[in-house]
Amino acid sequence: MYGSTNITEEDARRMNVSDEEPEKLLAFEDRIARGEKIEPGDWMPKEYRRQLLRMIEQHAHSEIVGALPEGTWITRAPNFRRKLALIAKVQDEIGHGQLLYSAAETLGKTREQMLEDLLNGKSKYSNVFNYPAKTWADIAVIGFLVDGAAIVNQVINSKGSYGPYCRALERICYEESFHLKQGHDNVVYLATGTKHQRAILQDAINRWYRPLLHFFGPPDKMSAHSEKLMKWKVKLASNDDMRNQFLDQYVPKILELDITFPDPNLRKNNDGIWEFSDPDWEEFKRVINGGGPCNAERLEVRRYAEEAGRWVRQALLNPQEKYQVPLA
Amino acid sequence: MSSLDPRVNRLDTKKVKDGELHTNSHLITWEVFHQEKRGKQVTHCGIVHASTPEIALVLAKEQFARRGKTTNLWVAKTTDIYTFSSEDEDIFETTPEKTFREPGAYKVRGRIEKFQKENKADV
Repeated sequence: MYGSTNITEEDARRMNVSDEEPEKLLAFEDRIARGEKIEPGDWMPKEYRRQLLRMIEQHAHSEIVGALPEGTWITRAPNFRRKLALIAKVQDEIGHGQLLYSAAETLGKTREQMLEDLLNGKSKYSNVFNYPAKTWADIAVIGFLVDGAAIVNQVINSKGSYGPYCRALERICYEESFHLKQGHDNVVYLATGTKHQRAILQDAINRWYRPLLHFFGPPDKMSAHSEKLMKWKVKLASNDDMRNQFLDQYVPKILELDITFPDPNLRKNNDGIWEFSDPDWEEFKRVINGGGPCNAERLEVRRYAEEAGRWVRQALLNPQEKYQVPLA
Repeated sequence: MSSLDPRVNRLDTKKVKDGELHTNSHLITWEVFHQEKRGKQVTHCGIVHASTPEIALVLAKEQFARRGKTTNLWVAKTTDIYTFSSEDEDIFETTPEKTFREPGAYKVRGRIEKFQKENKADV
């Protein structure tokens, strides 16, 4: 699961290819235009490498941190079958993090350096994981809607130009289809259950509605565009397009259960575009910059894990070992 | 720290001093190969980082054999694998043109039919 990468104004300004060799750049862009994939050993513009690395690294961190809100409920799953499913899902998310770190490593940054940058706050991860999972119904909503949103994003990104990222995403999407189905199963079970079960589900939907709208990043009119990134197939769809696709696919699946969204303005207009109230983009910025309800806890848990497990790591290390970039 | 997660509340997070990684040391990178069924090819599926081949296999099992069928996994140090440079990709460029290596390049039915027709006419 993952939220889409937000390209800031500063990043768009830094997109500069004037110092690249024009011949190589042309051949590179031709290759992408023909639908060919770029592989780790190939020549690539510095900005392509930088943007992809940042994007895949953020994606990897999101998988690792994303396991924390869900892990909250492993000890208190309502029955054994749900517990098995939740453990399997959380393990998958960590596995996805590993796959993505591997893909990012092929661009020339070590996994250790990426983890370091997560711990020191230099690298970001998806905002949605800075919200708490208050009840079991949150697990249902995360499994169905957060993973549903992630799949929209990941299916689109799997058509990108960088081979290792595409291969990781294909495997991830395959596994996430189980996450989505078990999440839907969980949501339907609560929605068709007792009054209390319906109430906690409605409450969870009310709380996750805004973070879900934030998930795909700021509206297109507020975010920096980079035609280069589109041309290089690093970014494949706009934030608004992905958000609309998500709403189109998932809103009806909640409404059919007679559960509502906390937004009187949520509706599909005659052009097939979903309209909704302003989901407070200031809050989005606050959470990115560390002000969300769980930012501090998420990083504190990661720091604890690094420090408490350090002795194991050190026992395993061979000081003579040199870091080797993976092949593919 | 008071968390909704009872597991987090059990951690003694006050003990954490810097909570940072020491990035000057690394584990070995292993390339992982997966065989789905007896009789099938063993194919590359990804990498793991581990200090020994035994641990690499355990991690590979968790990472690449969590679901579906598996008969075996192989691991090999990335440094032990030799590849062509991607700049040399053109050495394979003319291979698809070598149709004389393909069964499809050998079509004789027309010749046989022509022969039979002419042969009959002769008799």
